[in-house]
Amino acid sequence: MNNLNQSIKKSAKMFGRIMPVFIGLILLLTLIMVHISSSFYSLIFGIHPLIDPIIGASIGSIIAGNPIESYIIGGELLNHGISLIAVTSFIVAWVTVGVFQFPAESMLLGTKFAIVRNVVAFIFSIIVAVVTVGIVGVIG
Amino acid sequence: MKEETDNKTLYFMMGSIFLFLLVTFSTNSWDVSLNRFFSIIFDIIPIFILVFILFVLTDYFIDPKKLVKLIEKKHNAWGWFIAGFAGIISTGPIYMWYPLLNEMQKNGVKNSLISIFLYNRAIKPALLPMLIFYFGLTYTIVLTVVMFSMSILNGLVVEKILDLEVIKSRKDL
Repeated sequence: MNNLNQSIKKSAKMFGRIMPVFIGLILLLTLIMVHISSSFYSLIFGIHPLIDPIIGASIGSIIAGNPIESYIIGGELLNHGISLIAVTSFIVAWVTVGVFQFPAESMLLGTKFAIVRNVVAFIFSIIVAVVTVGIVGVIG
Repeated sequence: MKEETDNKTLYFMMGSIFLFLLVTFSTNSWDVSLNRFFSIIFDIIPIFILVFILFVLTDYFIDPKKLVKLIEKKHNAWGWFIAGFAGIISTGPIYMWYPLLNEMQKNGVKNSLISIFLYNRAIKPALLPMLIFYFGLTYTIVLTVVMFSMSILNGLVVEKILDLEVIKSRKDL
């Protein structure tokens, strides 16, 4: 068991080190999210059924935020006739791939780890979408 | 340390450019962005405090080496399950967990377990009612189960690729 003061100092030091990254990250997220409306997304889907999931995963990877926001946008996309596979890959990539978090992830967990994890998560977001929609289709 | 400084510089440069463009071309957007920024900051403060307390308590009560040994012993299916479950119950933005994961990584916890943890942060029981509302119960259950299962495969693939990278770099030497 460590000394409590030492633990507080150690934690404060760690927070102080990463705080500028967090502030910058939140600032970037808010600036970009304000400029992207849900109607924008309906313009870029529907090119081809096979390309839609890739587009969905790509947008979901770039845009970040609370999962609730992805559900709301995903629901609207679905209402606009976008395929469920594309919407699913969008929702999954939104929460599993982090382009904006990449600098923080790479700084603390290693660049190689961050690249590999995000690329694999991107591919898996499409696989998860295909499997999920396939199962839902079979179950009804 | 240099990489850390570069990342901070990159963030501030990107933020500054966006700020400059917004202030120059769109006053209204700037207001909305700033309001949203402070709204998120205020929402995050309690989580920050909670995470800070958890960090202090973890450091005070838990010897990281012992914890790592415990997780190290769980490198079978139970290890995946524990990492997945920890990811599901973890709260707050993903980047707030990086320092703790970094500590675990330094102490030898496998990258597959860290990947499984990060992937499962996508599953949030508290948000499931919202998902059900938009996509239905069947879809929500299937997506949740598929994501949890795939998170393990995802972790193993990440681990394998990183291992291959290490082997390749050793051969190059």
